[in-house]
Order: sequence, then C-alpha cells, then structure tokens
Amino acid sequence: MKSSMVEPLSRDDDIILIDHVYKSFGKTRALVDVSLRVKRGEVCFIFGPSGGGKSTLLRCINHLEKPDSGTIIVDGIPVTEEKTNIDKVRAEVGMVFQLFNLFPHLTALRNITLAQEKVRRRSKEEAERIARELLGRVGIPEKADAYPGQLSGGQKQRVAIARALAMNPKIMLFDEPTSALDPEMIKEVLDVMLELASEGMTMVVVSHEMGFVKEAARRIIFMDEGKIVEEMTPEEMRAATQNLDLAKEERTRLFLSKILV
Amino acid sequence: MAITSEVERPQPKLIPWTKKLTQLPWWALIILLAGVLIVYFLFTSPTYQDAFSFLRAGVRLTILVSLIAFGLSLILGLIAGLGRVSKNVVSYTISSFYVEVIRGIPLLVLLIYFAYVVTPLALQFLNWLGTAMLQNLTIGPLMGLAHSLADLNIQNVDMLARAIAGLAFAYGAFEAEVFRAGIESIERGQMEAARSLGMSYFQAMRYVILPQAIRRVLPPFGNDFIAMLKDSSLISVLAVRELTQLGKLNRARTFRTYETWNTVAFLYLIMTLSLSLLVKFMERRMAFEE
Repeated sequence: MKSSMVEPLSRDDDIILIDHVYKSFGKTRALVDVSLRVKRGEVCFIFGPSGGGKSTLLRCINHLEKPDSGTIIVDGIPVTEEKTNIDKVRAEVGMVFQLFNLFPHLTALRNITLAQEKVRRRSKEEAERIARELLGRVGIPEKADAYPGQLSGGQKQRVAIARALAMNPKIMLFDEPTSALDPEMIKEVLDVMLELASEGMTMVVVSHEMGFVKEAARRIIFMDEGKIVEEMTPEEMRAATQNLDLAKEERTRLFLSKILV
Repeated sequence: MAITSEVERPQPKLIPWTKKLTQLPWWALIILLAGVLIVYFLFTSPTYQDAFSFLRAGVRLTILVSLIAFGLSLILGLIAGLGRVSKNVVSYTISSFYVEVIRGIPLLVLLIYFAYVVTPLALQFLNWLGTAMLQNLTIGPLMGLAHSLADLNIQNVDMLARAIAGLAFAYGAFEAEVFRAGIESIERGQMEAARSLGMSYFQAMRYVILPQAIRRVLPPFGNDFIAMLKDSSLISVLAVRELTQLGKLNRARTFRTYETWNTVAFLYLIMTLSLSLLVKFMERRMAFEE
C-alpha cells in the first residue's frame, strides 16, 4: 500500500529510469556511473564482454543486487529507496535466468502456478488455467505434468518464460537466456522472445545472441568495464557488423571483431 | 584430430572366489549369529525370559521418548537453523549462541542441568509471572491461567518431561546445523527465482527452499534419530524407567548381570540396526531419484 503513496518521479514514458548507478563487489567495480532510460514497450538489447556489468545492471533493476549509490525507478516506484516494498515491484518485473532456475521439486504446471497463488492470490483453478494457456503459447502444452529434470534445456527455458509471464509483468528481464542452450534449442526460445517483443512487451535482454538483435531490438547498448560504452540503433549495428570501422568506439570495434569471426 | 587407440583394453576378469569370500559382510553374519543365540536363550532359559518380560516396558518408553524428543528437536532445529542462515543480526546471534553452547556441553551434563537447574528456574519464573498477574489483574479471562501459573509446583513436572525437554534442546542444536547445511546446499538461483516472482523471503523458504533442503537432509535426520535412540539411555540418570534404567533395576532385582545386559544390548541393537537399514534404503531411493 505504501508504495502507491510515493510520488512517481517520472510521469513520462520511461518505465525504467536508471540514474548514476554505482556498484562494486569488493575491489571489482561492476557498475560505474551508469544511466539509462527505457521507454514503455521498448526492446533494449545489452551486449558486451563477460564481466562488463551487463548482468549486474539487469539484476539491479529488480533489486537482486543492491546498488551502492544512484537511483533506479521502475514504473514510478523507486526501488533503491529503503522503504519501498520490493516484493511488489518484483511481481511486476519478470526475470528469466541463464540457468533457468526452475523449481526442480515441482511440475512445470506448479512452477507456473505457485507465485500466482501466493503472490497474486489467484485461485488454484484460475492459476492453472493461465498456466496451461501460457504453456500452449510457448509451444509445450503437453509438458504440464513433467518435472524440470524431464525437460530439455529449451523446454526448461520456455517454462521459465511462461512462469514469469504468468505474473502479468510490465517488464521482462532476460539474463543471457540462450547461453546455456544447445544451438538447435536456441531458436525455440528466441521465437518465444520475438513473439513477446512483437506484442509490445518492454524487454531488457542481456545476450550475445545477434539473431535477436536483427529481428527485435530497438536499442542496442554495448557495455564494458561497468560503463555504457556506446548505444546504437539496429541500422547502425547492422552497418557496424559489416564494416567494423563504422563503430564509434574502439572497444566496440574490438569486441565485434572477436565475436564476428 | 583422429584419436588412435592402439592400447589394449584390459579384459574384465572374473573375481576369484577367495576374494569374494573376503568381501562378504561377515560383520552382519556375526551379529546375526549372536542374535540367534540370544533368541535361543529367550525361548529356553527362564532367566532370559524373566529379564525380557521385565525390560519390555522399557523398550516401549525408550521408543516413545525418542520419538517425542526427536520431533521437538526438529521443530527447535528448524527455528534455529533458519536463524543461522538469516541476515537478521538478532536471530543469527541468538541461534548461534544456542547452537554453540549446546554443542559444547556433554549430553549427560545437559540432561542433569535441564532437570535440576533449568526446570526449577523456569518454574520460579512462571510462579512469579502468575503472582504478578494476580496482583495486577482484578478480574478477567486470564485469572484462571494466572492461578494455575502461581500454583505450579516443582513436583508437578515429572522427570520424564524434563528428560524429554533436555534431549530435545540438546539435539535441536545438531538438527539446526543439519537444516542450515541443507538450506545452504540449495543453489542461490532458487531463492533469486522465487524472489524475482515477488515472493517474500519466508514464502520462498516455505515453498521453494525448504522442500528441497529437507529432501536432501533426510538421511542425516535418520542417523540423528538413531543416535538419539542410543543417547536416550542417558536419561536413566534421571531415574526415568526406560530400557537402560530397567536394566539396572532388573540386575538389582535378580543379580543376573550377564543375562540382563546381554538382553539390554541386544534390544538396543535390534532397534538401531533395523533403523539404519531403513536409512540405507532411503538413501538408495534418493540417489535413484537424483
């Protein structure tokens, strides 16, 4: 209840507002003065070398990591504020992990219904109806009663996406969703993500999957050493991948030259 | 690069029968033989029969005490274990204090301490509380409670209750560590996934972490229950008439030392061995499920 009393700091279209955020792990500086605004319905793609702070930035958005300083406002709610009920914000922000993080002791269906019942207070019947519908949308309606251990990587990730979507989130965060998958399974997950993007979901995707960039990304952000080095439009990115000299920053050029072998 | 393996694989050999013989579980066979011998005595010797019928009630009480005390220790252990993994300084400090103090004191001393120090102190406190309530309340629904608190007498708390409390608190510290180990063995991503769906810390614990953690620590719980069954013999110092105490009484009654303690040891062995078979079965089933 309290969170609704907080005056929203941004009344415009920015659903995520990241302002001068710093974060260190011991002596390692993960985020250095990062600022970023994401508009409602925007698909934002973040890439860059590992250890560059991409995942940390993503995890700061739903407060799985606590920034050392700076402000993050999600859908008008300041998540960096001490008194904010973070559980409420998290229910509005879906997250998909690299290693799926499905609950192994529960069936696919129960994985999707659990938070609906406990957080959204939906009835068992309603939660199951939504879960089955979502399993159909991600293309595996027949796996409702399977345990995560009986699913392939691609199927697991699709259940994980359905689990996040069941909460009716306003934002979806993807933390390297295809990095742990076999090549032939990447497409099935990517297709689900592309469909989501076409439906107008606000998405922040940390990934190396350039196929997604070509098809769905509206903004492309290159991060290295805890900083946002460069921001590109899909057209600029396409040009840069064909002719590396078109990348504005030296570090972007270097990284692209390595991944485009 | 093609892998060329010219090295000859060693042929699997049949295990020679001499080696098979050394690998047989001889220890189990010896125990079985001793068991057969005791059972034979139980059927033929009147002294053994007399001892057995006298000790039977003790077996029942030993099992009862172990079950109740272990159940309580699991509850205490869960609370203290959650405190041990908590980021809250107060609950971490309290539960760590409990665990470290209890683990550092011998069980026998703990049992005596609970029976003769903690119980009287707790009673004095309750009496004081009841009297204070009587003085400050005029009339109300709590009057009955206040009266019974003020009138509580040390004689009302029998040694069996004190013994069970002592065992439960002593083992609670060990179970707390088992719970802690189980909770910490669950990957961090599970908590993160649950929290990112908007579940509170306690919801995530209750529905995601604990169900997985408890499944993993069932075998250690089984082993601790066996240990508790054996350690319940120590409450004989409080004159609780469990198996060991009845053994002492039977020896004093009949002066048949060998027969008495043979039977007592055999009865314990039957209980613990069958329980450890159960734990082994449980472990195998769990390994299969993983």
